[in-house]
Amino acid sequence: MIEFDASLQRNGFVLDASFSAGPGITALFGPSGSGKSTVLGLIGGLMRPSRGRITAGGTVLVDVEKGIFVPRHKRRIGLVFQDALLFPHMTVQQNLKFGRWFAPLKARRAASDAIIEVMGIGHLMQRRPPGLSGGEQQRVALARALLAGPELLLLDEPLSSLDTPRQNEIMALIERTRDEFAIPILYVTHALPEVERLASHVVELSSGRAVWSGTPSGLRSRLRAENR
Amino acid sequence: MHANFPPDDTGTRSTPISADDWTAIELSLRIAAVATLACLPVATAFAYLLARCRFPGKAVLDAVLHLPLVLPPVVTGYVLLLTFGRKGPIGAWLFETFGITLSFRWTGAALACAVMGFPLMLRAIRLSFESVDQRLETAAGTLGANRYWTFLLVTLPLALPGLLAGAILCFAKALGEFGATITFVSNIPGETQTISSAIYSYTQVPGGDAAAIRLMLFSTAIALAAMLLSELLNRHLQRRIAVFER
Repeated sequence: MIEFDASLQRNGFVLDASFSAGPGITALFGPSGSGKSTVLGLIGGLMRPSRGRITAGGTVLVDVEKGIFVPRHKRRIGLVFQDALLFPHMTVQQNLKFGRWFAPLKARRAASDAIIEVMGIGHLMQRRPPGLSGGEQQRVALARALLAGPELLLLDEPLSSLDTPRQNEIMALIERTRDEFAIPILYVTHALPEVERLASHVVELSSGRAVWSGTPSGLRSRLRAENR
Repeated sequence: MHANFPPDDTGTRSTPISADDWTAIELSLRIAAVATLACLPVATAFAYLLARCRFPGKAVLDAVLHLPLVLPPVVTGYVLLLTFGRKGPIGAWLFETFGITLSFRWTGAALACAVMGFPLMLRAIRLSFESVDQRLETAAGTLGANRYWTFLLVTLPLALPGLLAGAILCFAKALGEFGATITFVSNIPGETQTISSAIYSYTQVPGGDAAAIRLMLFSTAIALAAMLLSELLNRHLQRRIAVFER
């Protein structure tokens, strides 16, 4: 369970949003510039809010009034970006070990083998990231994030640099991640089909505010009504 | 001080490089190597500070660190003599506490070369830190690595070609350093006489040209070898640390 209520001013952009998200996949939906990635950055500890409080699974991550700010390496929140951001000087295997190495023993919930098998990257272990395709990189990035034993997974438009067949492949993997590893996922996107396929709950952002929340089908009817 | 000059074989074309010359070459290489190794950790620390941190007075620090690049070398050498000489504040303390003397010793020459090579090394390493994608450091953080682990496992390995380039520049500068070295530690054969100061001495005596040219050719060969070695190492590193294609 994520409770988000925070604001941040940055280069003329104002984020002031409040929402909550439960288990399963919650989509953060909105056009570019609506503040979706900023929300992820605040939850992941990449930025500090100027006001507010963020909790995840009962743990306070940020509370500006009380002066609490958990640094990102202690948050146990996995982040997968548009670019896979694999370490180019390490093999796939070393990239995966990097995530595992820093995970506390009790947090290593899923076995490495299971994660590697689900992601279908067993044959890539000795390869280096620059030689991988976009889809392969993204699968390794997902596996790396999962191996770090996160309590929450943040996905920031993970499909946007892939072609359609690759997108379907990664979406299937995200579904399996949700079902087999039982990790709550916050999924940033501006694509309705992704929301409808993956999410059980949607938070719509617009100009830095959470303007609506509900189910994916509710979002579809709402958008249809708006366009009419 | 100049008792050994001109050496007996000066000007005789048939003689190869003399024993004194070999001493000067060996000293030059030792001084340059020690100066480069001493510079590396300090330059790396300051380069990281300048590339990644924001603090008041950063521009001033940047300017001060680059001073040896723009000051006349003689001035740098004189400042070193005033501070690290036996009677200088740091030099006196070093001598009284550890019995260390730097002035007129080869270690002092290494210090002078390190100071002169420092800005070149700093620039190269800073550039390479700045070219490391900070989002990779962010990714390391979200995987649970604190900033020290992130530096050791991500930033430093990716900046390695820059560290190498900086080390080569500093080594080359140290090999050729003359002004600051001769001001701080003079030109003592066997102790502080490097290739540069030996060539200078040869040019000051009649008939020293042949010996000077021999040393000159030799130092050119060393410089070329260093550049080739660095190019080879750099290619090797670049292959290992390929950049993202996207």
